[in-house]
Amino acid sequence: MSAQLAQYLLGGLTVGAIYALVALGFSIIYNASQVINFAQGEFVMIGGMATVSLANAGLPLLLAVPVAVLAAAGVGLALEKFAVEPARGASVVTLIIITIGASILLRGLATLVWDKNLHALKPFSGEQPIEFAGATILPQSLWVLGVTLAIVLLLGWFFGRTLTGKAMLATSHNPLAAQLCGVNTRFVLLLSFGLSAALGAIAGILIAPITLTSWDVGVMLGLKGFAAAILGGLGSGAGAVVGGLVLGIVESLGAGYVSSAYKDAIAFVIILAVLFFMPSGLFGRKSAERV
Amino acid sequence: MDWRTPRTGGLALLAAVILVLPLALVNNYWYEVAILIGINAIVCVGLNLLIGYAGQISLGHAGFFGLGAYGSAILTARYGWPPVAALAATTAGVALLALVVGRPILKLKGHYLAMATLGMGIIISIVVVTEDGLTGGPDGMSVPAFTLFGLTFAGERVWYWIVGAALLGAVWLALNLIESPAGRALRALHGSEVGAQVSGIDATRAKVGIFVISAIFASVAGSMTAHYSGFVTPGKVGFFHSIELVTMVVFGGMASTFGAVVGAAALTLLPQLLTVLKEYEMVVFGAVMIATMVFMPRGFLPSLVFELKKKK
Repeated sequence: MSAQLAQYLLGGLTVGAIYALVALGFSIIYNASQVINFAQGEFVMIGGMATVSLANAGLPLLLAVPVAVLAAAGVGLALEKFAVEPARGASVVTLIIITIGASILLRGLATLVWDKNLHALKPFSGEQPIEFAGATILPQSLWVLGVTLAIVLLLGWFFGRTLTGKAMLATSHNPLAAQLCGVNTRFVLLLSFGLSAALGAIAGILIAPITLTSWDVGVMLGLKGFAAAILGGLGSGAGAVVGGLVLGIVESLGAGYVSSAYKDAIAFVIILAVLFFMPSGLFGRKSAERV
Repeated sequence: MDWRTPRTGGLALLAAVILVLPLALVNNYWYEVAILIGINAIVCVGLNLLIGYAGQISLGHAGFFGLGAYGSAILTARYGWPPVAALAATTAGVALLALVVGRPILKLKGHYLAMATLGMGIIISIVVVTEDGLTGGPDGMSVPAFTLFGLTFAGERVWYWIVGAALLGAVWLALNLIESPAGRALRALHGSEVGAQVSGIDATRAKVGIFVISAIFASVAGSMTAHYSGFVTPGKVGFFHSIELVTMVVFGGMASTFGAVVGAAALTLLPQLLTVLKEYEMVVFGAVMIATMVFMPRGFLPSLVFELKKKK
C-alpha cells in the first residue's frame, strides 16, 4: 500500500468517525420518533464551542468536556420538550421545518452567547504526528477513532443488554405495541433527543482541535451526518457507522485523487448512485406499504 | 360565474392586490421587496404542486432556480445570445435535466427522496461555485438587461409589472393543472401510491411530470431574477435557499396555491422587518418558524380558512 493511499485512508477514517457519530444521532431520533432532526449539526457546534469557552475560562479539559456534553444534552431535551412534543401528530414535512427552525434559533443563540469567530481547541495530547505505515497520523485522530469505537461498543451494549435500551428498540419497531407492554414512549422520545445531542456534542469536541470550530460549523457536519445515515440505511445503527466511515473515506480519496474542489460533490454523487440502486441504503429495512 | 372558487375569485383577488399594491410602495426599496416576493411566490407555487399536491418533497429546488439564473446569465453575458433565446434555451435545458434526474430520484420515498434532492441541489451549487471561469465563482457575475424588439426592460417599476403578470400566469396555470385529470392523478398519488397505481395511474410518469413542471417554474423565476437584478451570486443556488423555499410552502399551507403565495410573502417580508432587531434576527426568525408550525401545523392560510369557516 502506498504511503499516499494510507494517508488518505487515515484522514478519511478520522472524518468518517465524526460523520458516524452524527449519523448515529440522526438514527436514534429517527427510530424513536420518525423525525429527521435537522438541528443535529447544532449539537456538534454546541459541544465544540462550549468546550472552547469553558477551557478558555480556565476549566481543565477533564471537567469542560462533560459540562459541554451535558449542556448539549440539555438543549436536546429542551428541543424535544418545547418544539417536537407539542407538534406530535403533525406531518413529516412540518416536523422537518420545526427542526430547521430550531437549528436557525440555536445558531442565532450561539452568535449571541459566543461570537462569529473561528475558535481552536488545544489537542488532548500533544501535536507530534505519529508515523504509521509510511503515513503520519495526529494524536487527536487516534482520540477520534478510539472514542468513536468506545461509543459504538457502549451503544451496542446499551441497546442489546439494558432494559432502557431494549425499550427504545421496541419503540422503534412498533410504538403502540411497546406502549402496551408498558414502555413509556414519551420518555423514550425525550431520552433519544438527549442521547443524540450528547453524541453530537462529543463529535464536535473530538473534531474541534483538528478543524477549528465556530457558530456555523454544524451546517455541513449535520448534512454529512444525515447523508451518512441515509447511505447506511435510516434507523440502522451499524448502517450509520458504516455509512459514516464510507462517506469519510470516499471524500478523502476523491479530494486526493480527483479534485479537492469537488470533494463534497463527489460524496453526494456517490450517495445518489447508491440510492438509485439500493433505495433503502446499504442496511435499510425493506419497506412494504399497506393501502 | 361563481366568484367564490379559487379559480375565479381567488385569481381576481390576487390581480386586484397586484394592481393596488403600488399605491403602498413608497420607494424603490419596497418595489424591490415586492418583486422579490413575486419571484419567490412563482417558485413556491410550482414547488407546492410537487410537495402539497403530489406529496413529494424536494430540498433541492434552489438548484433549478440557480440553473435558470446562471443559464440566462452565461448565455447572454458570455456568448452574446439575445435574452429571449437564452431564456428559452435555459428553460428547455433545465426541463430536460429535471426529466433525466427525476426518473431515478422520484422512485425514492420519504427521507431518502429528501436526501437525493438535497444532494442534487448541493452538487449544482458546488459546480456553480467551482467553475469560476464560466460563473464568476463565489463573486458572481453581472448580467445584461432584458431586451425584446429593441426595447430594454430595466428598473424596479417595470419589473414589478413583469413579475406581477408572471405570478398571475403561474397561479392560473397551477389552479388549472390541479383541476385537470393530471392534477387529480397527483392527489390520488398523495393519498396512496399503490391505490393510485391500481386505478391505472402511471405513478412514475405523473411524479416526474410534476417535478419537471415545478423545475420549469423555478428556472423561469431564476432567469427573471438574473435580468432584473443585473447580477447573480451563488447564494441563491445553495442549500439554504432550497430550505427557505420549502419553508415558505409549508408556512403558507401545503396543497393551497394561494397559501404558497402568502407563505412566500410572509417569509420574504419577515427578514426585512426583523433587520431592526440586528443581532437577535436569527433567534426571532427561528422562534417564529417553530411557533407557526407548532400552533398551525397545516400552515397559515388553511388554518385561517378553517377558523373563519368555524365561526360561520
